[in-house]
Amino acid sequence: MDGNLNALTTIFTEFYYWVTVVFMFLIHVGFCMYEVGVSRRRNHMHTLMKNIMIIPLVTVTFFFFGWWIYWAFPNFPFFGGLNHEMGDPNLPWSETMGTNLSDRITGVFWAAFLLFSWTAASIVSGSVIERIRSSALWVHAVLIGSVFWIIDAAWGWHYEGWMVKYLGYHDAYASGVIHAIAGGYALGVLMVLGPRLGKFAKNGTPRDIPPHNPWMVTIGIFLIYTGFWGFYAACNVPAISPEAIGGEITGTTWTATNIYLAPTSLSAITFNFLMSLSGGLMAAYVVSKGDAFWTFSGGLAGIITASAGNDLYHPIQAMIIGAIGVVIVYKLHYWVERRFKLDDAVGAVAVHGYSGVVGLIISGFVLWGAPSSPFEGYATINPIGQTLGAVIMFFVLGFLPGWIVAKMQNAAGALRIPEEVELQGLDYAEHHTYEDAKSEIIEADKAYLANK
Amino acid sequence: MSTIGLESWAVDLAEVGPVYPFQGWEVAMTIVGVVFWLGWHRIQYLRENEHLKNVRDIGDKEKIAKALERY
Repeated sequence: MDGNLNALTTIFTEFYYWVTVVFMFLIHVGFCMYEVGVSRRRNHMHTLMKNIMIIPLVTVTFFFFGWWIYWAFPNFPFFGGLNHEMGDPNLPWSETMGTNLSDRITGVFWAAFLLFSWTAASIVSGSVIERIRSSALWVHAVLIGSVFWIIDAAWGWHYEGWMVKYLGYHDAYASGVIHAIAGGYALGVLMVLGPRLGKFAKNGTPRDIPPHNPWMVTIGIFLIYTGFWGFYAACNVPAISPEAIGGEITGTTWTATNIYLAPTSLSAITFNFLMSLSGGLMAAYVVSKGDAFWTFSGGLAGIITASAGNDLYHPIQAMIIGAIGVVIVYKLHYWVERRFKLDDAVGAVAVHGYSGVVGLIISGFVLWGAPSSPFEGYATINPIGQTLGAVIMFFVLGFLPGWIVAKMQNAAGALRIPEEVELQGLDYAEHHTYEDAKSEIIEADKAYLANK
Repeated sequence: MSTIGLESWAVDLAEVGPVYPFQGWEVAMTIVGVVFWLGWHRIQYLRENEHLKNVRDIGDKEKIAKALERY
């Protein structure tokens, strides 16, 4: 860190990403609360453990290979080989992947991406509760969290990614690279996994399985909103000079940028986050006829729909786009549920997957012709590139891997819990151990008292 | 053609102001936004009227007494 300005910028950037990581932890807390709140009492502990163990499993695998994929894969395998120059410093045995006083950014930047990985895995986790085997989900968590989402990030969420260069792909706050892929992946798993017992009547009519604790669900989603602030900030580079970017920008004015190093501001994304949240909440309230949980999820869906272009939209555009997205997503959710007998316990495929896809397509029109990158020769943002990008995210890197791996697990009898266990509840054994332990200690205390 | 008025970032940021799409349409966008907001109140008000009317018709004394017991 030569010079005071350089030192201040480095320390500020380090602290900035660190704060976003702490904020984003709330997303995972929110997902856990939401899942447990939605699940029935007989499945609580397993539902919670299934999601909690995503944290260590995705963390260690993201350290071992996920982070390297991001730096090595921007053009691999279609437009070039592995990028060893960028990849090697991010291998787990590299000197920069540890305490190193000449690199204060890699650790916090790695962590910011890692928290996105948890989110991607957690989105899948919610949709499959109460009937998937934890062992099966944890394999999916590693695949979506440390392999597939980070491949899509290398391709479409990296300043050198081939999707950005050739398609003009633009996805500033991850409509596609996190939400569409995770929703698509969840859909692939759900197609093989099947619905919970009793979800559909004999004539195919879906039954509602209400949450056991609505307040827990409510606080859970509000925590997700809160963590989403950190997510948005983490998608930016907080302060950088045109010289450091090394692209076409002239002059000496420093700026915040999106992940593609194209200018935006924290102020812009604060406007747009709140307006798209509001548009989503208002539209969801109307379209769901005041259903509380769809209204709350609609807020999230509104943000996700607008996220692809929230670095550039006008706040009113963000509000309207959020609202339009929610209406489409809500209708699509119930159509798919009835048509394909799909039991998505938390609506994750719709709220994340469909919103992400719709958001990408809309942004292709609204931002048509805008530069996707500060570097020369990149395609500009366009509807075809954004639509192709949505297909790659939702279907190619999301749905297909989820469906194929779930098929393999199903063939091996390793995907779904036995019917008897599903009826008794996953926590059956723990409940008995708890009750036995309780009676034993009460009896022991009574005996002690009697002998005194 | 670019909806944000810039076709590349080969500019001096000191000389750049707004970069949102469809600059010049702010008043029209505000009108659309206000219509959305007022429309929401209108729809919500009518639905609430209908809901309250339906609920009012459902209640008999016994049911209301039970509801009071629930606190």
